[in-house]
Amino acid sequence: MMKNPFPRRGGVLALLACLLFAPIMAMAVDDPSEMLPDPAQEQRAEAIGAQLRCLVCQNESIEDSSADLARDLRHVVREHVAKGESNQQIMAWMVSRYGNFIRLRPPLTIGTLLLWIMPLLALGIGIGVAWWTFRRPRAPTPAPLSDEERRRLSDLTETRRE
Amino acid sequence: MSGQPPSPTRRRLLMAAPLVVAGGVGVGFWRMLSGMTKGSFDPHDIHAPALNRPVPDFALPDQAPGSGFSAQDLRALKAPVLVNYFASWCIPCVAEMPVLNALKEKLPIWGIAYKDRPEHALGFVQRAGNPYARIAADRDGLAAIDWGVSGVPETFLIGPGGVIRWHTASPITETMITRTIMPLADSLKS
Repeated sequence: MMKNPFPRRGGVLALLACLLFAPIMAMAVDDPSEMLPDPAQEQRAEAIGAQLRCLVCQNESIEDSSADLARDLRHVVREHVAKGESNQQIMAWMVSRYGNFIRLRPPLTIGTLLLWIMPLLALGIGIGVAWWTFRRPRAPTPAPLSDEERRRLSDLTETRRE
Repeated sequence: MSGQPPSPTRRRLLMAAPLVVAGGVGVGFWRMLSGMTKGSFDPHDIHAPALNRPVPDFALPDQAPGSGFSAQDLRALKAPVLVNYFASWCIPCVAEMPVLNALKEKLPIWGIAYKDRPEHALGFVQRAGNPYARIAADRDGLAAIDWGVSGVPETFLIGPGGVIRWHTASPITETMITRTIMPLADSLKS
């Protein structure tokens, strides 16, 4: 468990023993014996596990994590798969114990509505801002020059040319 | 708008909008942080679904020096009990032991040793002064998953009839006891 920052001394001893007897011992580290014998069931279990958050590492799925709790959860998922439960049933079983937090893909609820619609919302705001900016008329075209102004202008330009 | 420059009030409102948003976010964060120090907000307290539901089905063997218990024992309760998941290898569990020892006279505490060797759990409990009225052993940690436990220590307040009334995934503190656990336990007694 992650709450204990110190490894168990038993673990170190076991590791040493493993290294010592490696040639004669089948190593069991995150081992294949966890897997279900039926490949189709194992594949389903992996797919379910990939959707479940490891509550210790929090950003890894239980299939990716090597935390003890993740291993236990993988075991539980496989037990349920072997019993023939559907993906939905297994998900519901997990959620009833650990809450929606265990789902890496949060369900659409009032609480997660903002999260789910944020891409659309951001796009909408962007389009709105762009539309509002482009719709704004540029500086109004000035009124045509009056005769007086025209005369003055030509006077000025004439003067320049001389 | 038809080409007029924005009126001064409108411009001022537009200028103020980012400040208002930043201020709102700031107040939100401040409330979260102050809640964390006061204990009213706990970002690690991730699973409330256990609340107000009966304890899961389980039957766990004895852990010396106590006697084990099952879901039936908790459901038969007439008065509240604190159920505390602990392990000898867990440092925060050591830290909460004095607090639990001070609490045990007021509220019975039942312990569950999580993924622990019997002799290690026994040594731990004896060193700590045994706050537990009963102790069960969850050696493979699978009953813990039924409880929704994600690590140790975790503590549940069980009301009469075996209903989970309160839960924390952090070590028990003096403040938690005086502010939350005892008021709740007293209200469950009557």
